[in-house]
Amino acid sequence: MEDGVKKFLYVNRKAPYGTIYALEALEVVLIGAAFDQDVSLAFLDDGVFQLTKGQDTKEIGVKNFSPTFRALGDYEVTKLYVEKESLDERGLTTDDLQEITYEDEDDDWAEKPSIIIVSRSEMADVMAGQDVILSF
Amino acid sequence: MATLHTVNKSPFETQALLSCLGHAKAGDTVLLIEDGVYGAAGGTALTDAVAGLGGAVTLAVLAPDLKARGIDEGRLMDGVKTVDYAGFVELAASHDRTQNWL
Amino acid sequence: MKFGVVVSEGPYTHQASDTAYHFVTAALAAGHEVPRVFFYHDGVNVGTRLSIPPQDERNIQEQWTALAKEHGTDLVICIAAAQRRGLLDKNEAERQGKDADNIAEGFRISGLGQLIEMGIDADRLMTFGD
Repeated sequence: MEDGVKKFLYVNRKAPYGTIYALEALEVVLIGAAFDQDVSLAFLDDGVFQLTKGQDTKEIGVKNFSPTFRALGDYEVTKLYVEKESLDERGLTTDDLQEITYEDEDDDWAEKPSIIIVSRSEMADVMAGQDVILSF
Repeated sequence: MATLHTVNKSPFETQALLSCLGHAKAGDTVLLIEDGVYGAAGGTALTDAVAGLGGAVTLAVLAPDLKARGIDEGRLMDGVKTVDYAGFVELAASHDRTQNWL
Repeated sequence: MKFGVVVSEGPYTHQASDTAYHFVTAALAAGHEVPRVFFYHDGVNVGTRLSIPPQDERNIQEQWTALAKEHGTDLVICIAAAQRRGLLDKNEAERQGKDADNIAEGFRISGLGQLIEMGIDADRLMTFGD
């Protein structure tokens, strides 16, 4: 921990809509962004379903919050770790996920991908490198 | 820099325990609480999977939850530690971080 | 050591709020500090003073209220989660034009920032939920 900045990891392991956890997790991330901590998000197990393209909730009458992920870059939340094994197990590839990018202020505002595909063992390393882990 | 993981679901209901064990590192402790305690039993269809993935970690189980469910400590897999709530607190304090698999 | 605790599942349906209570009690007994417990998701329902469990069952809300009174633990209910689920304090009831409020003694309603603050401030963060 440097200068009072902690590494926060938000762990998302649940699919959207069936339960409220994914939406209320995102609400925490958005509020937490104001606190100038080192924030990462992890998507594994059914959590990877939160990031899929083409979500359309009109007929279930529930708010579609998936576009909010694309706005995270504006809140300087730019590290979304997605576990490859979790995608594979569910028959998904990166092509099934939304494109989520941020503008890198340290690199002349170049547009860069926020999604970082990692293996299970890399995900374990990400988790082990945190100060605070919040699970949803 | 070790992590205390907690798992509160039966492995027969969700993947939480297997996913947790798949991400735990050598030196970590996985504490089974609430319905998670069913994952510590020997002689089940999942015992080998749990023992296989859990090799490098310490498996522990919350005794009050075990007792509540009528599981005799003699039915636990080899090497599983039991702790009470005070022991749970000690584990949380003695590891560098906690990760709760919900 | 300073513990932060999140309760993210409702009382009675799920054991989470009981386990959290026993954990916090044990931590305090061991000389640790638990300055704040944050109630989120259905966990906010722990803080209603209107629940009436059968007399031979534990009263989860009263357990927490007593703990807060004895140890000064700050019991914070997330406002966004609370409003969705019909948990209101007096001020909020008036502001929203509702005819009743239901927050129990020892609990207060505040924002998600309190959760982040707790994470920054605590040495260890525990989440009890579903």
